[in-house]
Amino acid sequence: MPRLRLQQLVCDRLQPIDLEIGAAEIVCLSGPSGAGKSTLLRAIADLDPHQGEVWLDEQEQASVPAPQWRSRVGMLAADSLWWFDEVRPHFARVEQEWFQMLGFDLHVLDWQVSRLSRGERQRLALLRLLSHTPNALLLDEPSANLDVENTRRVEILIERYRDVQQAPVLWISHDSEQIRRVAQRHCRLEGGHLVIQESNT
Amino acid sequence: MSIITLTWWDVAVAALLVLALAGLSFWQRLALQRQILIAGTRTIVQLALVGLILEIIFADVRLLWVVLMAMVMLAVAGYETMARQKRRLNGFWAYGIGTVSLFTSSFTVALFALLVIIGNDPWYQPQYAIPLLGMMLGNTMNGIALSLDRLMSTAWQQRAVIEQRLMLGQHWKEAISELRVEAMRAGMIPTINAMAAVGVVSLPGMMTGQILSGTSPIEAVKYQIMIMFMVAAGAGFGTVVALQLGARRLFDERERLRLERLKVVD
Repeated sequence: MPRLRLQQLVCDRLQPIDLEIGAAEIVCLSGPSGAGKSTLLRAIADLDPHQGEVWLDEQEQASVPAPQWRSRVGMLAADSLWWFDEVRPHFARVEQEWFQMLGFDLHVLDWQVSRLSRGERQRLALLRLLSHTPNALLLDEPSANLDVENTRRVEILIERYRDVQQAPVLWISHDSEQIRRVAQRHCRLEGGHLVIQESNT
Repeated sequence: MSIITLTWWDVAVAALLVLALAGLSFWQRLALQRQILIAGTRTIVQLALVGLILEIIFADVRLLWVVLMAMVMLAVAGYETMARQKRRLNGFWAYGIGTVSLFTSSFTVALFALLVIIGNDPWYQPQYAIPLLGMMLGNTMNGIALSLDRLMSTAWQQRAVIEQRLMLGQHWKEAISELRVEAMRAGMIPTINAMAAVGVVSLPGMMTGQILSGTSPIEAVKYQIMIMFMVAAGAGFGTVVALQLGARRLFDERERLRLERLKVVD
């Protein structure tokens, strides 16, 4: 059972953080902008230097080569960026059902990235991440630029993925409705401290 | 054929041209006159010094002098590769990487040419060794400076892209591969263009010099071809080494992109 555990994680201005996210659990993270939410995700993905330990199952971050760690603990950045001209080469594999769940047909793979709208890019970035089948998800506002319908689609896909992979999910969101819908637990980052809010069960 | 020697007065007349250019810059407010005058003065001083030193070294052929001269040239060329990068690695890295890559490529190729192709006795005959090494260093230095400058500035601009690639589990080499290719091009294109255009668009300085000093054109051409190939090889190998070392230094042992290791110099 994949479990994500932070032990005395210290990054940037944040106080030491302890947090455990169980298999198939979604924990939402909110807090004022600049509180360090993205910084925290970056430390878990090992993109910035930090202290403390992060465990996935029985594997400690530093004991695994970094690329392998990052492909297991997949992070979705707030702005999605693309490096090839077409959509397809960004994908490790194609799961048709997931594309459909987000309202795409597979022709989108042949599109030029430059033709995509912001919202399309954001949804495709989620699919891109999932195509690498990470064992845990770190999501930085995965539905920030989406309308109501697409927001729901994204939520449903993430919940489905979570169920299938039994993946722990740490999800930054500012939308209290969304937090109520998807989260089992809700934390706030304020003044460098992680405060566990109510349980959502 | 006899050589027409120049007097220092002839040289002074040529200097008038540069002075005129500086004057034009001042009059047109191009703000280049200072740089032109400083660079022109450096030309005179540096070349006069080198001329004197070469006179001494040529008169007293010793390996030690050649090695010392080569070291000084390497040190200066290493500094130039660093100075021409707008964003460069901080600490000793920019200088170190430039110098190491210059050394591994230029020295190896120059040694190869001296020992295998020219085969002089002694092999370090300064009349051959120093000009050859100088041409190698000059061109390799350009290639390395251009490519590192390109690599560092594109890495800076595209840092978010590189990081998103890392987030998907890509190895640092993969995450920066396109930038490296682009930087390699930037470093190599002048050399490739020079090989393609030589003789048609431009007569290279070395060949021209040999012809002016009375060598038959076909002999000068053979030397020039050898030099061009050496320069291409040296610049190419040097650029590859510099990009490998430079790109690696942008990432730490956990393959995190560490752009705080770059500093901006105006």
